[in-house]
Parts: sequence; C-alpha cells; structure tokens
Amino acid sequence: MCATCGCSGTAVVRLFPVDLAGAAGPRQHAHSHADHEHEPHEHEPHEHEPHEHEPHEHEIHQRDHSVQDERTVQLEQKVLAKNDRLAEQNREWLRERGVLAINLMSSPGAGKTTLLERTARELGTKMAFSVIEGDQAAMLDAERIRASGCHVVQINTGAGCHLDAAMVAEGLRLLDPQSGSVVMIENVGNLVCPALFDLGEQARVVLASVTEGDDKPRKYPHMFRRADLVLVSKTDLLPYVDFDSKRHAADVRKTAPDALMLQVSAATGAGMNEWYAWLRRRTPVPHD
Amino acid sequence: MHELAITESVVDAVTERLPGARVTCVRLEIGGLSGVVADSVRFCFDLVTEGTNLEGARLEITETAGQCHCRVCGSDFEPDGPIAICPCGSIEISVMAGEELKIQSVQVA
Repeated sequence: MCATCGCSGTAVVRLFPVDLAGAAGPRQHAHSHADHEHEPHEHEPHEHEPHEHEPHEHEIHQRDHSVQDERTVQLEQKVLAKNDRLAEQNREWLRERGVLAINLMSSPGAGKTTLLERTARELGTKMAFSVIEGDQAAMLDAERIRASGCHVVQINTGAGCHLDAAMVAEGLRLLDPQSGSVVMIENVGNLVCPALFDLGEQARVVLASVTEGDDKPRKYPHMFRRADLVLVSKTDLLPYVDFDSKRHAADVRKTAPDALMLQVSAATGAGMNEWYAWLRRRTPVPHD
Repeated sequence: MHELAITESVVDAVTERLPGARVTCVRLEIGGLSGVVADSVRFCFDLVTEGTNLEGARLEITETAGQCHCRVCGSDFEPDGPIAICPCGSIEISVMAGEELKIQSVQVA
C-alpha cells in the first residue's frame, strides 16, 4: 500500500498529462522518499500494564509480546509532517521558478471547472495559465479545460478525497509551467478533507456557490478559516435561490477575518474582472 | 474519509523513523478541532497496518479538548463538538488549542 497518497489495491493515483491536441497518457505517480531522519531516541522504562489482544487468525499475530523486550520510542512529530515538508519543497520550487500556484477548493458542483474554463478563455490570451485537475476518477474536467486552450494535467486520486503535496509535485513536474505563469490547482470537490493538506500553494481560494446555501461557512469553518479569497459563485442565480448574501458575507468575515470576498458569475461574466485583477496582482514577473 | 490517508501517514512516518522495527503500540494525540475523527482512525488502523511493521499493534489515542477564545464576548471556552461556536452564539473565535495531530510515541519489540 502506498502510504503517501492513500492509494491502495486497485485504487491507484494516476496522472494524465493532456496536450492541447487532446492526447492523454496515463502515468503512475512516483514518490520521492526523503532520506530517513533519525532523531535521538529516548528510552523510557517499559510498562507492565497488561494489554489485551483479540483472537487473531493470522500467524503473524501469534508472535511473542514479551514485555521485557519492548521499549518506548518518543516520536513527537506531526502526523502530516511529511506532507508539510513536501509542500514546502513545492512552494520553494514555485518561488524559484516564478510561478503562482492557487489551491482552488469547494464542494462538488460549486463551479470550479466552469470558473477555470472562462478564466482560461479570457485570461489565457494575456498571461500563461495552466491547470492541475484533481478528481477521484474520469478525465471530464481535464477535457473541458483543454478545450478552452489551456495546458492541463489530470490527477485521479482513486480512493483519495483530496490532493496532497506529493501528487501536486508530480503534477507540477509534468506540467512544467513557465516563469511568470499561474497554475490553478483544482482540488477534489470536498469542503472537509482538502483543508488539512498543504499543497505548497501561495494562496487558497474557496468557491462558495449560491446554490449551496448561505450556511457553509458555519458548517465547514476549517475550509473557510484558512482561505485567502472566498469567491461567491453563480451569482446570476441569486434571484432564484434562497441565499442571504449579507448573512453569508458576515459569516465568512467572522470565520476568516483576513479573507477577501468577491462575487462572480462564470455564466454571465459578472465580477470576473475583479477576480482576474486579484490573480494578476499576485502573479510574479517572469524571470529572464 | 481523509482519516484513511491520515492513518497511512502515521504508518509511513513510523516506518520511516524506525525502519524494520516491530511496532507493538502507537500513541497518537488528536485534537478535538483537528478535523480528524479518532473513531475513524481506529477503524482504518488495522486495515492500513496489515502487511507492515505495525501489523497487530495497539492504537492508543489521546483526544485533547479544543480551547477557543471568543473575539466578541472575550471569554475562553471549550467547544462542544468539532465545530467551535461560543456559548454566546458567536463564530468569531480564535483557536488556542485542539488542532494537534501528532504521533507521540511508539512501543517497539
């Protein structure tokens, strides 16, 4: 089982670089494993408390648990230390190359891909723009993005409910973004899991569609708390849905006091210029 | 659902730090506001450790309570559940503690 990305058995993470002609080839991901670090171990006296074992059928469980041979090793490390380390490597790589990477997150169906399609069409002629697409399965989003004239790598996470830093490292390597460009990382549609995994992005954008209702910042504070920008999407549908914009905005402000908020409609184009201006302000000057 | 990947990160980290060691117990600290459900980690643990050096190991989880500060009424409080809302009704809170997600120690044979 791969302990980096959560893939197991037949659920394997696959990356598909999609060229502009539409040809896609699957690639199994490869993980770079940093050399092991061994910090000094502290040995504490072993405990003599009886431990219970449920009956096991496997032979491997019938080993001798003689307590006098056991020792405690203090690790005291973050569970996601490895992901965080890889994310920092991604961030450094992006900084050296002069590339802006955005982690775009939302629930499924909030309009991430539609937003990127329009952004690629309208902004892609003025600045270099590419996309890493994260989905559990299928190439549908990558095909849509490619059709808008944009370089794209599709990552299918299999069993995984989020992208992690190792997948994005591989995606960036395949995408090979040019200096002074923007890479949009469209995370797996999910308001819970992606909040925990740093990808090495410079900014986190959370898309909240008016069709989802205005209570999401209250119900998913983890996701909103770390957002740099909250894009309220599908605003063209406001007359038809029960969405209290004022209450939503107030709750976003309370949950993420430093986040900027913009309203957009990728269908009509309303508010898109503010979104482009936000992106342009953050895009690095190309290296020579 | 991310508890599967979280649990695999635990196995990965322990295996990296202690290659080849036979691990008989893993002790984790999971904060009440970490976004990780301890019971789900327990559920995944046996499945994820199968065929690794951690197979058959006990899992001990210390669940630490969240500590929050309300920016409206100024009180410090322990949130009731994984989503922090002040008893005064405010969601304008700063998380002081409870986001920990840590491997404390392991027992090796």
